[in-house]
Amino acid sequence: MELKKISSEIRRLTALELGEKIKRREIGCAEAVKDYLEAIKTEDRAFHAYITVMEEEAYRQAEEIQKRIDRGESLSPLAGVPVAVKDNICTKDARTTAGSKMLADFVPPYDATVVEKLRQAGTVIIGKANLDEFAMGGSTETSYYGITRNPWDTERVPGGSSGGSAAAVAAGLAAFALGSDTGGSIRQPCAFCNLTGIKPTYGSVSRYGLMAYASSLDQIGTIGKNVRDCAAALSVISGYDDKDSTSVMQTPFDFSGSFPGDAAVSGRRLTGLKIGLPQNYFDGGISNDVKSAVLEAAKTFQALGADVEEFELPASEYAVPAYYIIACAEASSNLSRYDGVKYGYRSEQAKDLTEIFFRSRSEGFGKEVKRRIMLGSFVLSSGYFDAYYKKALQVRGLIKAGYDKALQKYDMILSPVTPTTAYPVGSQIEDPLTMYMADVYTVSVNLSGLPAVALPCGFGRAGMPVGMQLIGTAFSEALLAGAADVYQQHSDSSSWFREDAGHHPADRAEAEIPNGKGGRGK
Amino acid sequence: MKITDELIDYISELSRLELSAGEREGAKKDLTDILNYMDKLNELDTDGAFELIHPFEDTNRFRNEGCVNGDRREAMLRNAPASKGDYFKVFKTVE
Repeated sequence: MELKKISSEIRRLTALELGEKIKRREIGCAEAVKDYLEAIKTEDRAFHAYITVMEEEAYRQAEEIQKRIDRGESLSPLAGVPVAVKDNICTKDARTTAGSKMLADFVPPYDATVVEKLRQAGTVIIGKANLDEFAMGGSTETSYYGITRNPWDTERVPGGSSGGSAAAVAAGLAAFALGSDTGGSIRQPCAFCNLTGIKPTYGSVSRYGLMAYASSLDQIGTIGKNVRDCAAALSVISGYDDKDSTSVMQTPFDFSGSFPGDAAVSGRRLTGLKIGLPQNYFDGGISNDVKSAVLEAAKTFQALGADVEEFELPASEYAVPAYYIIACAEASSNLSRYDGVKYGYRSEQAKDLTEIFFRSRSEGFGKEVKRRIMLGSFVLSSGYFDAYYKKALQVRGLIKAGYDKALQKYDMILSPVTPTTAYPVGSQIEDPLTMYMADVYTVSVNLSGLPAVALPCGFGRAGMPVGMQLIGTAFSEALLAGAADVYQQHSDSSSWFREDAGHHPADRAEAEIPNGKGGRGK
Repeated sequence: MKITDELIDYISELSRLELSAGEREGAKKDLTDILNYMDKLNELDTDGAFELIHPFEDTNRFRNEGCVNGDRREAMLRNAPASKGDYFKVFKTVE
């Protein structure tokens, strides 16, 4: 299997390029939306990126936005651009399931703040993307609505939990997408599907209308063909929201300084930029595919003028256990709202109120969700609270302190996103511990509330994409995106969607792999 | 940490989950494996260490107390599995 060339010129454009053409009225909104919706109809059968396609509403929106453009209204650079929204983000009057049987008939009476912002910016929501049930998983195999497949190889998982969002963008079935990242759920599918994604600083994007998994870790972010698309979308959805008490950023992100015009690009370097490379991330469980691609990328950063230095990131091997204790604890509390009374699934077997709770939850939740609720209930229970939950919070403090110290010395940290490339469907789903341990490079970022940009950096031996991430101090998104952009302008790793790019990773010479600059000819 | 029959009963009660015999055995094994792995945290000495509950703890925001949303009763009831008039409907809970 190999990634099929995206079948239309419109869908091969980046989100910003499409937005520009719509603004200049070279492409009509409805034309762009139709191109995407028709492609979903014929092509999504192979991937199952979407749970719900919002055809009627998308056309209606497109018409409305076209009128606004024709009137000369000043809209965002993404006006008219089709976007996929992860199905744990509420869309008014459009079914939002969180990938669960529990919410199979749930139609939100309100829009999430990010959805409201997408609408104000004139983007067109074309559908709700598949995900692991309640965002709990790393492969989009736990969705009640069926698995999503990786467009680079449909025998493999797209990653998760934002696997539908990533598959949609990788297959050219959405120009960009929103995902959510609690422990890597944006970055890991981006790594598996050769995409760029931004997990923003905790508190920079409103969580109002995001179905809560672990509230101190959850953050909505963006997935796109390149970092410029992700940044443009992030400046739309970020900023203060009084409906989210953890919203801390007064104004949306401003990336205007991150991406100078094309003329300035070729000469752009990263002189003076200090990048830390956690050497302990490259021992042990990491595959050669990922290790060599990320180390190669480190060399590229160095060649671009950055000062790359190895260092030891302390306590990193404790991040996964601490994360799963904290995330499950918060999940067990958050998911207690699904009681079969106010909304969601109610068992028909129930004969009294207690049975409504027990039966509805037992029949409505899937296996992984139940496992995490039980783990969370256990670590919070009296007698075990101190040994597990309190201990994990202390370890969380140590992990954050480790990052804080490193980021005093370095402008950013370069790290792998995953220990391996995308694995075959069904190969790990019965082994929860192995799946949890694969989150080793992503969860500590959430525990610390920090931003990270995940971006492609080459291919492994099976022709599958490898991702890396740049991690920075809180609210350093503009700096991270700028550095990611310089890398992307100097490598072919983010031009896979171009018509003249080689779409046949397996055909490329072994010697060129896994260098991000190899074989994707312009 | 071994999850015994007694503990799994306690956990499923706390979780408001009813487990089938198969689910129960699977959960006992999975939870035992996972908790054994989590016991790795005991290698770290955290005596007196700060408990980080939230990434940015000093940012709690307060707002004036007051009603800001209108009457959305009908919209809210639309998703209820059962309702009667203006209310959610459940089984009689008081004899």
